Amino acid sequence: MEWHNRKKLEIIIEAPLLGDVLEIFDTHGVTGYTVLPALQGRGHDGVWSRDASIGSAGKMLVVMCILSETRLDRVMPPLKALIAEQIGMLTLSDVKVMRPEHF
Amino acid sequence: MLDTLLSPMLLFFALGAAAALARSDLALPEQIAKGISIYLMLAIGFKGGVNLVEQPISLDIAYALLAGVGLSFGLPYLAFASLRIGSNLSSLDAAAVAGHYGSISMVTFITAMQTLTSLGIDFDGYMIAVAAAMEAPAIISALLLAQRYAGTSTRRKGLWREVFLNGSIVLLIGAFAIGMITGEDGMVRLAPLIVAPFQGLLCLFLLDMGVITGRNLRQARSVLTLPMLAFGVYMPIMAALIAAAFAWLLGMSVGNAMLFIVLAASASYIVVPAAMRLALPKANPAVYLSLAMGVTFPLNLSVGIPLWLALAELLQ
Repeated sequence: MEWHNRKKLEIIIEAPLLGDVLEIFDTHGVTGYTVLPALQGRGHDGVWSRDASIGSAGKMLVVMCILSETRLDRVMPPLKALIAEQIGMLTLSDVKVMRPEHF
Repeated sequence: MLDTLLSPMLLFFALGAAAALARSDLALPEQIAKGISIYLMLAIGFKGGVNLVEQPISLDIAYALLAGVGLSFGLPYLAFASLRIGSNLSSLDAAAVAGHYGSISMVTFITAMQTLTSLGIDFDGYMIAVAAAMEAPAIISALLLAQRYAGTSTRRKGLWREVFLNGSIVLLIGAFAIGMITGEDGMVRLAPLIVAPFQGLLCLFLLDMGVITGRNLRQARSVLTLPMLAFGVYMPIMAALIAAAFAWLLGMSVGNAMLFIVLAASASYIVVPAAMRLALPKANPAVYLSLAMGVTFPLNLSVGIPLWLALAELLQ
């Protein structure tokens, strides 16, 4: 089986910002992403929990995205600008995929 | 007053809060709570619309709407000044908190309406339109305050879509319009869904709100200073007194005046926090969520509602 190199971008973001993140992905033709709810955690400002919030503020989401290096270079500037002042985290790692045409 | 404090709604709310403070695992599944909140919005919107078409069109509606919008614009300035003078909160955090106190808590409003219904006190359906109109103006005031005193640029794409197309507001206004279109005939058809089960489902929702409030109260102890806690108590009182003056000037009935006071005294914890995360991301969300949800919301729901009713009765 042949494996192909791609990048995995993981973003932990505040729920109200999800629309903006997905708009950046859609604008730059990123097609492989998944959004997951985050239950609770601890960050720079302390503990947070999904159960302590009723609206979207205070809730966190994880956006997991697989993409090529070319697309990564295009989405990073607007993504960095978007989350620069927000609560959240952005990590990048190398992954291998079986179907490169999907990403 | 004791009757109101010992209503099933408040007792279930207290149960939820006590359970959360005792670190019990009591909780309503998120999707069920969301489903009940949709039900509550649909029911009060529809009832308000039906009630409105039964009444003659009068200028009272326009005056109440104008007074509500004016209060929502104005109260953040009072809140901001109080916080800047009375606490060590930064201009940015004070502006964000101020926005919450000009907007409203729909759950407090619904509980106040149910309290009036239980006591047999009439109110007009258009007060629901007043509630909807009071959600957003405070956000504009908060952004202007942040721009002027914290030098923050608040232009943000998607902000107004988040505010005006918020699901609760869309459903409330939509159900209100459907109630107006279908009138009493629609009410007869929907009564088994929106009248009989209403109080029971509100109790279930308030149980969950109690749990969330209890969790925020736990957080409030570590986030809020004493002057901030005091603000969460005296700001609703100041807002209630200003609203009472408006209600008196407009000659509102006891029921309408009480609801108007409740709207002014309550603070938002759904629409405004989301807007602030988009527009003022550097403001600390733990401060405004803890204040609105952990201090002012339980205060209004417990002693506030009977007090605001007594105040409305005094105006007559």
